[in-house]
Amino acid sequence: MIALERRRQPSRVWTWAAPLAAVVLTMILGGAMFAALGVAPLEAIRTIFWDPLFNPQFASYSRPQLLVKAGPLILIAIGLSLGFRAGIWNIGAEGQYIMGAICGAGAGLAFYPASSVLIFPMMVLAGALGGWAWAMIPAILKTRFGTNEILVSLMLVYVAESILASVSSGLLRNPDGMGFPGSRNLREWGSAANNELIADTGMHWGVVAAFVAVILTYVLLTRHIQGFNIRLSGEAPRAARFSGVSPARVVIFCLGTAGALAGLAGFFEVSGPAGQISIDFNSGYGFTAIIVAFLGRLHPVGILLAGLLMALTYIGGELAQLMLGVPGASIQLFQGMLLFCLLGVDVFTNYRLRLSRGETA
Amino acid sequence: MDEPLLSLRGLTKAYPGVVANDDVSFDIGHGEIHALLGENGAGKSTLVKMIYGLVQPDAGEMALRGAPFAPAEPSAARRAGVAMVFQHFSLFDALPVAENVALGMETPPKTRDLARQIRDVSEEYGLPLDPYRTVGTLSAGERQRVEIVRCLLQEPQLLIMDEPTSVLTPQEVEILFATLRKLKSEGRSILYISHKLDEIRALCDTATILRLGKRVATCTPTETSARELAEMMVGSSFAAPEPRGTAPGEVALEVAGLSLSAPGAFGTPLRDVGFELSRGEVLGIGGVAGNGQDELLSALSGERLAPRGTIFLMGQDVSRRRPVARRDAGLLSAPEERLGHAAAPDMSLTENGVLTAARRERIVRRGFIDWARAKGFAEKVIERFDVRTPGPGTAARALSGGNLQKFVIGREILQRPEVLVVNQPTWGVDAAAAAAIRQALLDLAAEGAAILVISQDLDELMQISDRFAALNEGRLSPARPVAGLTMERIGLMMGGAHDMEVAHGTA
Repeated sequence: MIALERRRQPSRVWTWAAPLAAVVLTMILGGAMFAALGVAPLEAIRTIFWDPLFNPQFASYSRPQLLVKAGPLILIAIGLSLGFRAGIWNIGAEGQYIMGAICGAGAGLAFYPASSVLIFPMMVLAGALGGWAWAMIPAILKTRFGTNEILVSLMLVYVAESILASVSSGLLRNPDGMGFPGSRNLREWGSAANNELIADTGMHWGVVAAFVAVILTYVLLTRHIQGFNIRLSGEAPRAARFSGVSPARVVIFCLGTAGALAGLAGFFEVSGPAGQISIDFNSGYGFTAIIVAFLGRLHPVGILLAGLLMALTYIGGELAQLMLGVPGASIQLFQGMLLFCLLGVDVFTNYRLRLSRGETA
Repeated sequence: MDEPLLSLRGLTKAYPGVVANDDVSFDIGHGEIHALLGENGAGKSTLVKMIYGLVQPDAGEMALRGAPFAPAEPSAARRAGVAMVFQHFSLFDALPVAENVALGMETPPKTRDLARQIRDVSEEYGLPLDPYRTVGTLSAGERQRVEIVRCLLQEPQLLIMDEPTSVLTPQEVEILFATLRKLKSEGRSILYISHKLDEIRALCDTATILRLGKRVATCTPTETSARELAEMMVGSSFAAPEPRGTAPGEVALEVAGLSLSAPGAFGTPLRDVGFELSRGEVLGIGGVAGNGQDELLSALSGERLAPRGTIFLMGQDVSRRRPVARRDAGLLSAPEERLGHAAAPDMSLTENGVLTAARRERIVRRGFIDWARAKGFAEKVIERFDVRTPGPGTAARALSGGNLQKFVIGREILQRPEVLVVNQPTWGVDAAAAAAIRQALLDLAAEGAAILVISQDLDELMQISDRFAALNEGRLSPARPVAGLTMERIGLMMGGAHDMEVAHGTA
């Protein structure tokens, strides 16, 4: 019989090998799925992972897209990872992302068409505040009344989507838009535009913010007592209490940071790649970031790599839809497989396999 | 009856990096109470796990009544007539006694029949127990009875008991011993694991001593002095705590009228607790487990805030201060539960040092952790308190219970507290390490610190305390000087008597 035996210490090798093994396993399982859909598996895998970066025909368009897609994923996942480390399950980053975009864009549009260098920083701040405030709702409900942050934050995503639909056809609608829903295009307004910083790289302020967040979070988690307290709260809540960590403060800090970063991501997206607030401007980054956070082992550098990988599957997936005609759902399935495999392989970090004869504990 | 009940021959079991048992051989006779003695990490647990089928030996063999015996799992051992009472109970608080017993059975009878069986067995062996009481309302001693009765229902030939008396009052210990002697008189055998040498000398017919996985000796405890037994265990002589002669100084910690509601359904409320603790003094607080020990420690450490005006540290009201502020003021503590409360299991010893020493040892400055300093502090604790571990990078859960205990206590002592509160400082720690911990506590007191020791080990409290008080259902008795206290007097202070009768059930 095969038995799982708990390791005395988490395996260092598997901590890093597990994501790689999960990627390989996903390629195998995904290949099988594509084969079942009647597509040559190797070609599908190549289209997703190789062509966006190195195929001369597509790379010039796809390569900048990598950072454009990875930026918000990384920024949101970094915020989420803090909470996940502390055992606080913020599932509502999508809502915080939407509210950040609405608040950031709204704060700027209030001054349209003024021209000032102060407008963009003010919008950044408003975006972060919007996401932060939206995350404070589950945070305060949890610390005050002990509600479940998973449910509250998730439900607030649907509230945020309704607000988005409302403002894009009402409050923030472009007065010159001939009645179409959607706000003014911020890219066409110099004071509010978040354009590419370096041409043809996809690098915009949101990507810069993501890199800064990776570095600051790395420092926070490895060097700062607040990061230590977050880890402690997740690993041993009673020991954290004994140490003097206030559980309420950790909840407020983690949800607040995650909300602010998701709000920032939302604002940079709406002022850059998306350009305007529209009914369906959000594209699920807030949910995909959950996968990114876990794929990156809740580690800042891991999240950076996982965000790039996940962005690649997005771009490659679109390419595969275009070139090979695979259905869009199969790409989502493929991304889901990635998380599924990771969680499965993850067992080996704390357990080892043992072949034995009917031994039980 | 010449043939032994259980005979072990050359049992060997190695784990990566350590040989837990090395060529261990001895016999357990019919109707014999056989003691298994040894320090933490001497291999006692591994040995009994092999007998109980939890672990398979790498080499060697066992024979039960002359027939080869190699249980692949505990149920096989139970079928062969081997039962075990673990040190840590595996009971569900919210279920009644009978259902808890049924959960451990492969084919449980109807609850009513089982309740009758439980009642019969418990009466026959003098272990009063009401099958319909909820386990959450039972004392530690009564919980242990549930475990023992659960074993006795299987009619075992060999009963293994792992440190059974560590949670009992003196009166409860007497009841347990009477039960064990009755089992013996029926021809059943008992393998009795304990650190308490006096108990072993009072109860056991034979003792086998393990050291570093090897059998050192098998002897007759009644013919061997406690000191000789201890020295065989440790392999060298160790110092008993030095007698105390310091005069207590000014009051360092004063608690007055401290009442606090129970933290959960099975917690104990604190009721009007009050005492004074002076510099240089050791106050021992005894009592059966579950009478408010954890709650008292939480109130003193600051994990739960107390009502204003109930806790004074050097004259200052600290009742509403949080743990970090209390540590800054010099009030340190070490809870009973090592893994998960006093230490984070998956974190390294270095990180676990930061857990409480962050500010006092200046490991954290302006919010940033100085890891080199943190590592230095952990290494200091490891060296000073002889914590056996590959290094400060080891995860806390990889340490044996005794070694982690040494680390947890050492971590607080090395921070030079003004007042130190410890709960069960030597629980599960071997004799030599326990002596070292007690000596360290006494040294700390001699340097002028005030020390509050909460413990269920009365011998320990008598040995190191200047004064003694007992917790009973969240009430603290007045503290009395230890000199001149009799065991009977202590038993009364602990309110042990109420625990002796069968509780009023609904049956």
